[in-house]
Amino acid sequence: MSKIDAGAGSQAGAQAAAGAGAAGSQKGARATSRTSAKVIDRIATGVFYVVAAFFILLLASITAYILYKGALAASPELLSFVGDGVGIQLFNTVYLVFLSLLVTMPVGIMTGLFMAEYAGSGFFVAITRTCIEALSSLPSIIVGLFGFLVFIQMTHSKWSLWAGSLSLAIINVPLIARTTEDAMRSVPRSYYDGSIALGASRWQTVTHVLLKASIPRIITGMILAAGRGFGEAAVLLYTSGMSSDVNFHDWNPLSPTSPLNPLRSADTLSVRIWSLKTEGIAANSQQIADLAAAILILLVFVFSLGSRALGRRLQKRMLSGN
Amino acid sequence: MASRLRKWQTEYLGRTLVTAFGLFVVVLTLGILGFLGYKGSATFIDYGHSLTEFLISSKWSPGEAGQSGSIGSAVFIIGSLEVSSLALLLATPLSLAMAIFIAEVAPQRLSTTLRSVLEIFVGIPSVVYGWIGLAVLVPFIADLFHLNFGFSVLSAALVLALMICPTITSVATDSLAATPNEYREASYALGSTRWQMIWHVKLRAAIPGILTGVVLGLARAFGEALAVAMVIGQSNRFASSLLAPTNTLTAVITANMGNTTTGSEYNDVLWSMAALLLAISLLFILLIRVISRRGQAS
Repeated sequence: MSKIDAGAGSQAGAQAAAGAGAAGSQKGARATSRTSAKVIDRIATGVFYVVAAFFILLLASITAYILYKGALAASPELLSFVGDGVGIQLFNTVYLVFLSLLVTMPVGIMTGLFMAEYAGSGFFVAITRTCIEALSSLPSIIVGLFGFLVFIQMTHSKWSLWAGSLSLAIINVPLIARTTEDAMRSVPRSYYDGSIALGASRWQTVTHVLLKASIPRIITGMILAAGRGFGEAAVLLYTSGMSSDVNFHDWNPLSPTSPLNPLRSADTLSVRIWSLKTEGIAANSQQIADLAAAILILLVFVFSLGSRALGRRLQKRMLSGN
Repeated sequence: MASRLRKWQTEYLGRTLVTAFGLFVVVLTLGILGFLGYKGSATFIDYGHSLTEFLISSKWSPGEAGQSGSIGSAVFIIGSLEVSSLALLLATPLSLAMAIFIAEVAPQRLSTTLRSVLEIFVGIPSVVYGWIGLAVLVPFIADLFHLNFGFSVLSAALVLALMICPTITSVATDSLAATPNEYREASYALGSTRWQMIWHVKLRAAIPGILTGVVLGLARAFGEALAVAMVIGQSNRFASSLLAPTNTLTAVITANMGNTTTGSEYNDVLWSMAALLLAISLLFILLIRVISRRGQAS
């Protein structure tokens, strides 16, 4: 926060110094070169403002375009949970991300715990760290193909929600692991010492004290992971499939067309946009995709803003608690 | 005895558990490498093609159902490189300017807002970018250059550039903001203007971070499948110009993995391409590590 203030202050100071004729700055502080340097500075500043305005305008117009097209396409029929209705994909998206978080959270938190408290600084940690890093930057189509190979081909099963959610979990585990590790490391050392002094074991300290203090940040990370999951498509194409056959009147998780059955195939909003492009045979496929895109970015925006707001609030509470 | 049991319950059990999870992540990563490497090797082992044919030849007519054909994938490899490097070329100057604006030029309130906006845009799904490209950019390019179709290298590069801009900007901004404040103060004290300070001091100090952002952007562009596949035109020949369609590794894998038979030559080549894609992605990760280690050392 003080960065800008200090910068502005020193800038004023520098200008005063330059005005007083501080010699020997660059190659001779002759009046001509100083004016030209000032002119160049003005021009550069102007260019930055223009570029920034262009960039912001671009992003804003894209968002506005998607939302506008989505609003145009919205109709009760397309918003429904039957036929071409996007409601089916909306449900699939949320349900699939929920299922994947059930796997991501324990694995990610445990890995983060290991990295923060038990790993030390040996060879094995270096390997684990490299692996997490590698996992987090793999192209999602690669993870999708791995999921396709292991969860579909090798088990001789059909495209399913669980295969999709497990593959998505692979993508998000590094994020949660890193968030957990960072959060645990930022817990004050005195918490640890206090707990050990009270006779708790290291594991008890880690789970009862450090992990508890880290929960706010882990939750923020979870929301972020969910937001990322909503938009993933390349991972899901060949794991959870490109179609869904559901009946929203049947909530028995064991029946093959029940929305809750994790063994059915399911297309999410983003996969639907892709499949409409590649095999868009329906007359209104353009409208469906427009609507799906609008709902998708709304979902992503809400989660992204939500995680930021929550993070800020939890941080404030923690700060005031100290 | 009892105390040992208690110690086991309160300490060793948990330690074993988390270590197992750490190990699991390692096994998972190695598993991905192993499985894709194994699947990708079938082209060369079962069908006896040479690696040079795969990498250098552009003769593409892989066999279905037990037959054997030509598997030259140069078109896709060049296509991927072409599209992602062009995207990088377009995105880097813009992102860098934006990063400098946010970190150095903009008033603080604007700067904080812009940072949040950027982070939100990093999260926009790539399919949405592809969809916009398909609905707006492709017809626009066809109109502008009087083409029959706007599917082209240029369309794909523009879509990717738009997609990676927030990523590069975000990383570069953090890196600029992380340079010590003394640098700025010393520079101003020597009488330099803001632009001189940015150009001669800040940018130089932040270079490792900026490079990391650029490589991250390149990796994202290279590995992006759907957004590219939607606008590249998927024509299996070299692009004669920026306005011609071609194909990329990711696009050809995505489009054909589902409709080729498992174990056929066609299908196996796609797995080989996936393995190649994985290898190149790992190379990018390695590059980032080297850059950031250099940055720490200096």
